[in-house]
Amino acid sequence: MLTNMVGALNNALELILKDDDKAIILGEDVGKDGGVFRVTDGLQAKFGPERVVDTPLAESAILGASIGMAIGGMRPIPEIQFAGFMYMGFDQLINHAARYRSRTRSTYKVPMIVRTPVSGGVKTLEHHSDSPEAYYSHIGGLMVVEPSNPYDAKGLLIRASHLDDPVIFLEPTKLYRLFKQDIPEESYEIPIGKANIVSEGDKLTIVTYGTMVPVVKDVVSKKNISAEIIDLRTINPLDEATIIESVKKTGRVVIVHEAELSFGVGAEVAARIAEKAIFELQAPIVRVGSHSFPYPFPGYENYYIPNAVKISKAIDKVLQA
Amino acid sequence: MLKVVFNGSVNYLQIMDETGAIDSTLFPSDLTDDKIIEMYKWMCFARALDAKALSLQRQGRLATYGPLIGEEATQVGSAMAMRASDWFVPNFRQHGVFLVRGLPLDLFFLYWKGYEEGAIIPENVKALPPIVPVASQVPHGAGLAYAQKYNKKDSAVIAYVGDGGSSEGDFYEALNFAGVFKIPLITIIENNQWAISVPRKNQTAAETLAQKGFAAGVNVLQVDGNDVVAVYKAVTDAIAHSKEKPTLIECVTYRMSMHTTADDPTKYRSDDEVALWKMKDPISRVKLYLTKKNIWSDDLEEKMDEEHKKIIDDAVDKSESVKHDPKMMFEHVYSYIPDILKEELDAAIASNFYQEEGN
Repeated sequence: MLTNMVGALNNALELILKDDDKAIILGEDVGKDGGVFRVTDGLQAKFGPERVVDTPLAESAILGASIGMAIGGMRPIPEIQFAGFMYMGFDQLINHAARYRSRTRSTYKVPMIVRTPVSGGVKTLEHHSDSPEAYYSHIGGLMVVEPSNPYDAKGLLIRASHLDDPVIFLEPTKLYRLFKQDIPEESYEIPIGKANIVSEGDKLTIVTYGTMVPVVKDVVSKKNISAEIIDLRTINPLDEATIIESVKKTGRVVIVHEAELSFGVGAEVAARIAEKAIFELQAPIVRVGSHSFPYPFPGYENYYIPNAVKISKAIDKVLQA
Repeated sequence: MLKVVFNGSVNYLQIMDETGAIDSTLFPSDLTDDKIIEMYKWMCFARALDAKALSLQRQGRLATYGPLIGEEATQVGSAMAMRASDWFVPNFRQHGVFLVRGLPLDLFFLYWKGYEEGAIIPENVKALPPIVPVASQVPHGAGLAYAQKYNKKDSAVIAYVGDGGSSEGDFYEALNFAGVFKIPLITIIENNQWAISVPRKNQTAAETLAQKGFAAGVNVLQVDGNDVVAVYKAVTDAIAHSKEKPTLIECVTYRMSMHTTADDPTKYRSDDEVALWKMKDPISRVKLYLTKKNIWSDDLEEKMDEEHKKIIDDAVDKSESVKHDPKMMFEHVYSYIPDILKEELDAAIASNFYQEEGN
């Protein structure tokens, strides 16, 4: 089927709900409205209001109740309308979802998938464009996944529904409808914890994910360089092995993400490369991210998010060093 | 136009007063003398367990501990009202509920010693482990209650929260969630008058904590939380109606001791206040009732105390004989050990978890 990311996710959710009668979707406007981005469109009509549940407007209750449902033998798939609103339920994720398994030595597990749109670039109002992947990865205990295309989105979501772990599933708003792909109609899985080598190359490794994947691909293609592009797909647990192997081959690294530059995923990746492969490097690592302050109003977002120019300059810097 | 669109009032329930006298019009018909003796024994057991835990903490054999003394009736009365199929969701002070529900006491001591092994709750206890972030457990109760309804189970969920916890957003969010979906959640506010050093009157300007339930459209009731019979009846009735509507029950009780072993209550409250509440002790009034009825004696009391002491001492011994394995910390983070965590584990094992020789 030819579809964009919204269609791929909708299709994956339908397959998950068909396959597992303990799976339910809950959140704000997910029912009749089909979610503000229409990811759950039509699912309430197919599965009923007990399985595609419009909840009161309360993020902490949505996430906290999902934890209780999961312990009660269900597989909740809560949707938080925007990543910027998820902080209202941050406590439930950090203090509880991340810890129930370890603090009860696996007596209680929290199989749930928290879906939320992330990142900007589409001129939304304030607080609708955050890239929070580092927050959720830092604690451990939560798996953090972020697809960059329809095929991966479907496969990763279905994989998440077969794990007994809490998965934070980050969906880049900008990529929801940016392009279509031909994807299988039936169920398939993409492994969580495994990065994707988007293109092979031997002069440079570019580690990226989410909204930056298509931008990086464009820059590399225009510059006509032999770059190995790694799409992390899973932020936590990080596929360190794939990164280190590539760095050993190329000796040069650029890390690109939309999230703020400082204290982010780029820092983690750079540190691991420094620990495991610093003597293989022929140039200092360069990180590219948004500026180190909170996301601006949409009028200024083009001055904030990394773009082709910024990424191109970073590549030149690493290649010329 | 000006008209009344909502009217609400909160009932207060007391069945056994401080002298042990009974309001026979309200007395639950299923409550035999044997059952009241059972309640009495559980309350004494809980108090003995609490005293032991406090003593162990003072000897450095437990970590920080939150005593329950004074709150036995709220905990035992509610636990005895639960059916085997019902779940409960505690905060961190419901030792008495765990006791009545059959938690092996070595687990209680292990938890308060600071080991996760103490949070491996056996299936028949039907409880979540103690939960520390205040009120964050009530949404879990709501979700668990949703799951009972979804799975068509004949079980209710009883979630506990304190008077301080009733000021938290999660408390209201969970109650509201339960009200909307008509799920079998019974929320008990164990109002012990103090949130560490802040008194109940500084927690809210509302006259009762029970009335907060009106804002969520659930049933509300205030109970003498030091009257085990009243608590038992309130929770029994709430469970009976749980399929139709959630209930919020405020149990008015008193924390006779410190919040935890880390604070000193003489710093923030008067001895006079404590003395007043001592006269409303939840255990004394039941003893007066049983003694008046001639169904309890000093001999029975002595025998009971010995039995409790033995069970408690055996549990302490068992908890202190457990061998702890730091490897377990790594094995229960996810459903499998990811490579990057495996690397940390292997390095830790190779270095004896970075402990000095002999540890």
